[in-house]
Amino acid sequence: MTPPADSVGLVTTQKFVYEQPFALCCGRDLPGFELVYETYGTLNAEKTNAILICHALSGNHHAAGYYASDTKPGWWDSCIGPGKPIDTQKFFIVSLNNLGGCHGSTGPLSINPATQQPYGPDFPTVVVRDWVASQALLADHLGVQKFAAVIGGSLGGMQAMQWSIDFPDRIASALVIAAAAKLSAQNIAFNEIARQAIASDASYFSGRYNEHDKSPSKGLGLARMIGHVTYLSDDGMREKFGRELKSGDPSQGGDVEFQVESYLRHQGQAFSQRFDANTYMLMTKALDFFDPAREHNDDLVATLAAAEAKFLVISFTSDWRFSVARSKEIVNALVAARKNVASAIIKSDHGHDSFLLPIPRYVNVLKTYLNRIYRDTCEVKK
Amino acid sequence: MTLRADLAVIADLVNPEARVLDLGCGEGELLAYLQSNKSVNGYGLDVDADNIRVCLDKGVNVIEQDLDAGLGNFADSSFDMVVMTETLQSVKSPEQLLKEMLRIGDQCIVTFPNFGHWLCRAQLLLLGRMPVAKHIPHSWYNTPNIHLCTFRDFENLCKSLDLKIIERRVVDHQNIERPWGKLMPNLFGPVAFYRLGKTV
Repeated sequence: MTPPADSVGLVTTQKFVYEQPFALCCGRDLPGFELVYETYGTLNAEKTNAILICHALSGNHHAAGYYASDTKPGWWDSCIGPGKPIDTQKFFIVSLNNLGGCHGSTGPLSINPATQQPYGPDFPTVVVRDWVASQALLADHLGVQKFAAVIGGSLGGMQAMQWSIDFPDRIASALVIAAAAKLSAQNIAFNEIARQAIASDASYFSGRYNEHDKSPSKGLGLARMIGHVTYLSDDGMREKFGRELKSGDPSQGGDVEFQVESYLRHQGQAFSQRFDANTYMLMTKALDFFDPAREHNDDLVATLAAAEAKFLVISFTSDWRFSVARSKEIVNALVAARKNVASAIIKSDHGHDSFLLPIPRYVNVLKTYLNRIYRDTCEVKK
Repeated sequence: MTLRADLAVIADLVNPEARVLDLGCGEGELLAYLQSNKSVNGYGLDVDADNIRVCLDKGVNVIEQDLDAGLGNFADSSFDMVVMTETLQSVKSPEQLLKEMLRIGDQCIVTFPNFGHWLCRAQLLLLGRMPVAKHIPHSWYNTPNIHLCTFRDFENLCKSLDLKIIERRVVDHQNIERPWGKLMPNLFGPVAFYRLGKTV
């Protein structure tokens, strides 16, 4: 197919191989690792125009453009491309698959050199801090000393925040979208239900399903169904599905299927084909464990004291998974810590998923902010 | 960069590197000026999407927040100066907001249109109509102004809230102080300008 004109076009995946031991927060070492990534746009001579995109729970490195074999673009193609908010004519954009992922980076599907078998459930626990540390090594490899922006939604926003804390001098701005400074009990609860759905699948075998040539696709699909509902809003679902029937008639009894049921099952099934259950376990745990203030006596203001970046915090009105109130907590802490911060609350019916959608005001806010960042940090001063 | 006359007066009163909060910051003119000329650590609150966009373009720290929801998210004495220009008359609880401004700020600046201006009085008294003037341009049915007041009203409120009036200016929209406004502010002053502090 021919990609549209405002697309970055055909893209290819690259691989960064790190061959030294990499110490993880959990105390274990990886003997080395590989990260798959894509880049869009061109790094300028001063190397000041790089942007890092951090993916969320189920995302990967393919954020924009097309593969020759595929008709669907990357997951954030609506925002990344020539003339788009994350403008490839201005910026050099790096998007990777995080450690522990299942789309090419070192993770549970990779071979453990110690056993010559796939890691499976034995893959060490990785947390947001580990991701950020590995992303910094990727930045070194690419010759990027300082990112103009680190951008992410949801779990990706948490990585952007962690960057500002762990590498204050390596990031000019952090765009924290539909995120939170830590998960609420309700959020952890939803993650646990998803994990239990996977664990209770008879084909799970405590994570050793590959050794049994099985796949817990039912459990993984169910986990995704639960997750998916929490990413939408009541209003959004009402508008999209209402009580529309796919088949049957309630007044006649018998088999009846609502559209929403069919939709969710399809989502669950499709997801279970493209995702690994052990990675899902690992990613949800990384979400649960994220709590940078913990090391600072639960004082988020003190945690952010080291940050030097400018922040943009965006939330969406109908997002109940990472609500507007969670973003306000981040903003309040940043103001108290005397950091540069701007915020926008975008009206949307699409719940948590809003951060992936091209909502006009959202797109406009991103574009305006990043244009300003470009003027301040990338344009050569004459 | 030249600053709008009424904002220039405020900018003069802000110390370099001060912490400033601008309530209803609009397009962020004051903060942009203070950031580049006085290195202040400033934030502006606004709810209008267009205003917020312009602020982002200017590199102003704009925070989307409704003043009617209060200022409970800001700590006591966390700002040197809290500014609110031409906004007091359109908030839900001016009394509460004024108290809050002096809780979170050491000083605050408030400006508002004077409803006691002779033009307003004349329209109501002689024509029997709700006043419309240069400084209060809206008709009664589409005005955002729900809490209009006069110099005297405001000073009475400050008294009852135990707020210290450090300075009062009587200005017009070009921010020029006219002699007759100074003489009889409640009758001849279109715009009230107050600098308030905490009563020790």
